[in-house]
Amino acid sequence: MTTASAFDPAGPAGDDHAAGLRRDQWRERMGLAGLAAPALLLVTVTMLVPVGWLFGLSFLDDNGALSLEHYRRMLAEPSYGRTFRTTFEISFVTTLICILLGYPLAYFLSQLPRRAANLCMIAVLLPFWTSLLVRTYAWLVLLQRSGLINTWGMKLGLWSEPLQLVHNMGGTLIGMVHIMLPFMVLPLYGTMRAIDRNLLRAAASLGSTPVHGFWTVFFPLSLPGLAAGAALVFVLCLGFYVTPAMLGGGKVTMVSNRIANDIELFFNWGAASALGVVLLVITLVVLVLAARLSRGAGLFGAGH
Amino acid sequence: MRLAGDHERPRDAAASASGSATALPIAVRRLSKAYGAVPVLDEIDLDVRPGEFLTLLGPSGSGKTTLLMAIAGFLRPDKGSIRFGEREVVRLAPHKREIGMVFQNYALFPHMDVARNVGFPLRLRRVPAAEIARRVEAALQMFQLGGFGSRRIDQLSGGQRQRVALARAIVFEPRIILMDEPLSALDKQLRERMQIELRQLHERLGTTTVYVTHDQREALTMSDRVAILDRGRIARIDTPRAIYDDPGSRFVAEFIGESSFLDVAVADGVARAAGTTIRAGNLPTQQGRCTMVLRPERLHLLGPGQGEGMNCFDGRVTGAVYQGDTLLLQTVLNGGSPVALRVTTRGGEGPPPAPGTPIRIGIAVSDTVLLPDEAKGAP
Repeated sequence: MTTASAFDPAGPAGDDHAAGLRRDQWRERMGLAGLAAPALLLVTVTMLVPVGWLFGLSFLDDNGALSLEHYRRMLAEPSYGRTFRTTFEISFVTTLICILLGYPLAYFLSQLPRRAANLCMIAVLLPFWTSLLVRTYAWLVLLQRSGLINTWGMKLGLWSEPLQLVHNMGGTLIGMVHIMLPFMVLPLYGTMRAIDRNLLRAAASLGSTPVHGFWTVFFPLSLPGLAAGAALVFVLCLGFYVTPAMLGGGKVTMVSNRIANDIELFFNWGAASALGVVLLVITLVVLVLAARLSRGAGLFGAGH
Repeated sequence: MRLAGDHERPRDAAASASGSATALPIAVRRLSKAYGAVPVLDEIDLDVRPGEFLTLLGPSGSGKTTLLMAIAGFLRPDKGSIRFGEREVVRLAPHKREIGMVFQNYALFPHMDVARNVGFPLRLRRVPAAEIARRVEAALQMFQLGGFGSRRIDQLSGGQRQRVALARAIVFEPRIILMDEPLSALDKQLRERMQIELRQLHERLGTTTVYVTHDQREALTMSDRVAILDRGRIARIDTPRAIYDDPGSRFVAEFIGESSFLDVAVADGVARAAGTTIRAGNLPTQQGRCTMVLRPERLHLLGPGQGEGMNCFDGRVTGAVYQGDTLLLQTVLNGGSPVALRVTTRGGEGPPPAPGTPIRIGIAVSDTVLLPDEAKGAP
């Protein structure tokens, strides 16, 4: 009988352990938050502080006085406008080509048995395991005037003069598409994998041809993945440096190349910072729009 | 010993009476499919009568879903023939087969609302918009979903989704309906209600229906006939009652209903099991062995002096499980065979017999079913 009353919540002690249980829960939460603390600290020190510092710099003129000079110059000088136009052009075209190449590839992968798909996925991800610089140099070796493609093309008699394949817009696009393609394929593949195959079977049983079923069922449901991949590729392109610098041959100036020039050639930290701030703002706007777009698609239940 | 021929088939009669001109028969001939060396469908012959509700029942891996998918056209068999009425369809693309299909996970289009889902097959058939709206609403009404047209799929409960899937499958008046475990994702109560609804729907439409399930109770509840599949072959096809009363093989007996089995030895025209001479409607004449099926609800707990017209066994209780409406008694017969019997509870009968209590059980001679020994063929 005594043991029974010891477990009775309304027993003589009257202790329902509420305070203790609350304390346990708090401790558990703090422990979990503690796991994220090192990463948070790192992001603060290496990201927020320098960006904030650059942000401040962009509003100071050469004498250290508060001014909007750098932003004014960006609007006044047409070369800045050209740089931004080039950046957007390259980013847009790269994204488009990535969609055209990546969508069929992701579709193919999503229809394979899982094991085969994983193997193929390794092939897609393989470039990630080599350095960006090496991959870009590899394209240089292939595309330059005395490169593999020109040598072979001329030997086979396809063309007689070396083609200008690199150090221009085309070369830059080739290199960037190659590097960006996995960023398009990965989210697309994930979304497509999650689409229930019975949906296409259902469409077929209801009288839908495979092509009609693709456009009315599969494609709309793959849109969130397409939006995510496109946003990722576009945003990464906006800030790309190495590939346009090497394959563009100085003829393709993107914002990041301009920033590097401003600092390395002109030691103009203020102008570089202002460019960085504008690029950051544009990137954020693109991301917000993409999130809106894919949430819009999600509204129709596609994320389900 | 099968009591062939004299089973009532009221549902068959009803089906063929209401089986309108639109109902199509399905004839499957020598249909085979193998993955590597493993046959999934092994020369299947199956006839589905026009307007019939036929269930394919079997354990997982028996080929029931494969067979359904082959009929629907989603799976290409290695060889064989499938005919809908006079038309050979085995090489016909699924979208040309005019089949209403219901999937286990509903397969509703998540990016379309209820009305667009149900209207999908009608839009494909270029039905005028006003008529689509009318027919969609009528189909939804039929499933108590009137006014749900503008709902999103993720706003519906499991049962409602299943109803939308059904409405979509019948709205274009297909002549054949295929269902792949359509109720298995629902909870028990809803499932049982939907079974009755589906059965009523079938009686109203009279469409030839092939239904796949692994739930034997569902198969018995809904079907005109049940085909039991075992390793890519049809082990038995008959009405639910005929199969239950005389399974014909140990596999079917184990799969349909709960049963205990007794080894029976036949010598000189006398069958003996667990120390008792067995009387049955159709005793085997040759020497050998066969198996006796004991359905728990056909067994009786006997008091002193009872047991007239029965095969009786002595044993003792090993356990009792109270299940509300019934009491499941586990017993072991003298000789060691475990047998379960089910006693209907009526209240006020006191505690169940304690383990070890001696017990006498009986089964009517008319309920006694002997199965041929698998290894030796017919008894």
